[in-house]
Amino acid sequence: MTTLKVDQVSKLFRSTARGGGLTPALRKVSFEIKPGEVISLIGESGSGKSTIGKILLRLMKPTSGTVTFDGKDIASYSGRGLKEYYRHVQGVFQDPFSSYNPIYRADRVYDLVRSSYFPQVGDKEWDNKVEAVLDAVALNPADVLGKYPHQLSGGQQQRLLIARALLLDVKVLVADEIISMLDASTRVDVLNLLVKLKRQGLAILFVTHDLSLGNYVSDRTIILRHGAIVEMGATERIFGNPQHEYTKMLLTAVPELHKKWAHEPLAAVSAVNGATPGAMSTDVISNGDGAAALHHATLLDELTHTEQVIKRDFRAVFSTSRAASSGKSQIAVALEPPALHEFEPDHLVAEPE
Amino acid sequence: MSVNVENLSVAYRSRKGDVTAVDNVSFSLADGEIMGLAGESGSGKSTLGNALVYLDPRMKATGGKVTVDGLDLPIGDNNAMRHRRMTDVSLVPQYAMSALTPTRKIGRLINDLLKSHHVKDRDEVYTELKRRLALIGLKEDVLNKYSFELSGGMRQRVTIIMSSLLNPSLLIADEVTSALDVSSQRAVGEMLIEFRDRGYIKSAIAITHDLSILAQVADSIAIMYAGRLAERAPTSVIVDNPLHPYTQALLNSLPEVGVRHDQATLTGIPGRPPSLLNPPTGCRFRDRCPYAFAKCVETPPFEEIKPGHMVACWKVSQEHGEQAGAGQGQPVKEQV
Repeated sequence: MTTLKVDQVSKLFRSTARGGGLTPALRKVSFEIKPGEVISLIGESGSGKSTIGKILLRLMKPTSGTVTFDGKDIASYSGRGLKEYYRHVQGVFQDPFSSYNPIYRADRVYDLVRSSYFPQVGDKEWDNKVEAVLDAVALNPADVLGKYPHQLSGGQQQRLLIARALLLDVKVLVADEIISMLDASTRVDVLNLLVKLKRQGLAILFVTHDLSLGNYVSDRTIILRHGAIVEMGATERIFGNPQHEYTKMLLTAVPELHKKWAHEPLAAVSAVNGATPGAMSTDVISNGDGAAALHHATLLDELTHTEQVIKRDFRAVFSTSRAASSGKSQIAVALEPPALHEFEPDHLVAEPE
Repeated sequence: MSVNVENLSVAYRSRKGDVTAVDNVSFSLADGEIMGLAGESGSGKSTLGNALVYLDPRMKATGGKVTVDGLDLPIGDNNAMRHRRMTDVSLVPQYAMSALTPTRKIGRLINDLLKSHHVKDRDEVYTELKRRLALIGLKEDVLNKYSFELSGGMRQRVTIIMSSLLNPSLLIADEVTSALDVSSQRAVGEMLIEFRDRGYIKSAIAITHDLSILAQVADSIAIMYAGRLAERAPTSVIVDNPLHPYTQALLNSLPEVGVRHDQATLTGIPGRPPSLLNPPTGCRFRDRCPYAFAKCVETPPFEEIKPGHMVACWKVSQEHGEQAGAGQGQPVKEQV
């Protein structure tokens, strides 16, 4: 059994923008992916979801914690070992249009795979292999081979990239927002393809901010907020019976065809941060200036506000860490994520922060 | 009717000839109406929105007439349009996230805007600006910030505030929610509705490829396919009772919360939209349409099937014609 295990992974970024400081992108995140399992990693921008993907693909080093593949720490790979790792773990990213070099034909990405991984394979055998993977992603070779990227649709480009990963002996696919740039009509084809690959035993980490897409493909769901897991477990349990206030808030915000937003109470909103809506919005309401001030917008700014507070705390920690030698352990304290407890089997919920 | 668009055609100049991205499009907006305009990439929805505000040098209006509040909108005349922008028509551009220059503070941008539109009573506008900022939960100090100091959702809200500051009759919001998280999407969507309710904008066109957002904010939805309107109806009708095969297919490809792949498999639409350089004659959805028949080689008229429900489809016209016993629509002459 090949599993990819993420163990207590944290990542700190030092921001350079004004009012920066240290930003905890990930706070002790742990989970594992088994073969044939699709995990959707859901979070808003800044929640750290793409950072996890990048760490799994070794595009980034975690500040602390380990990622193990088949029981071996992936940080230990280098040279040939790393190349073998990429034979099994591959990524596909959000923007297919910028994943290709526009001056080369799109299928050059296949030639690159061939020259670094399959130099011994003959032309005939290689062509068959390419045809087989294109067939797996439901593309007609005549439609896509020899074409330039601009001659292909977004959906075709994205499927070509997935097919590229399949050329290798891929066990884990990190799919980072792979369908958010695609049109609704082609989106579904890519989603259904993921389902098909999963049935063939591929493990997929499906990173998305779209809850309905995450729900459609995944077996298990992880909800991230400010770099920490707030809820994790079987998809139907999380969506059917969300426990954390943040998950509930996300679910009420999802636009649905047959249900209007207004029908969903926003009461959960202020509970997210355990604070009352800001003074600004109360003024607007009490002025009798129209009934509905935009609660949701206020909530959002509160969310950003908490983010700011976290940043500020980190700055404090950071400045003391320079002065005092015990600084490191203080960072460790500040990185502490909210504790997870088991709400029901295969459904972990974090304490409110 | 605050906005009326009649037979509007817009083309892009290209070396291989003109590409008609918006082909003979007609619709009108009532006061206070938010119309959603949806379609795949390349369907011409953004071109339509842009054409109503600013025709860039690559584009030219090849026909049609637009009126806003009963006055002609001279979309082909850039100088004349200068006086109508912001007050009559205004655009929240696509990629509004990067529409704010990083070298100037938000307050200065707004100041520039008022200056270039010769606004006399700036104090009054500033009071109004502050009220609106408070309304959508932004603090006044955003005016002293650079755009990169704001989150994506805040930036999007700031661009909408700027575009609607001079109370335009028609606000065109191009993909304002697409780059945002679900919770920011909701905030921005509710902001549009609120601005309409308060009369800051008289009517709006919300352009997006995301039908579920439109189901939340729009009063009516127009579906665009390959440069033409395919269907237009009140939101509830489009969502629950779409008639055009393209609209039906589009809705079938949307996953909803709570649906998993093992319960219901969604289907995409096979094929691709036709190239607009040499578009096929007749119905442009013909090649991808499961119901296509002989008549579809003629261009279907965009006709009113039921009150307020316009469809361009021969099959629908025929079925409806049989039901109502009414005469059939005449084929529209192909424009060469």
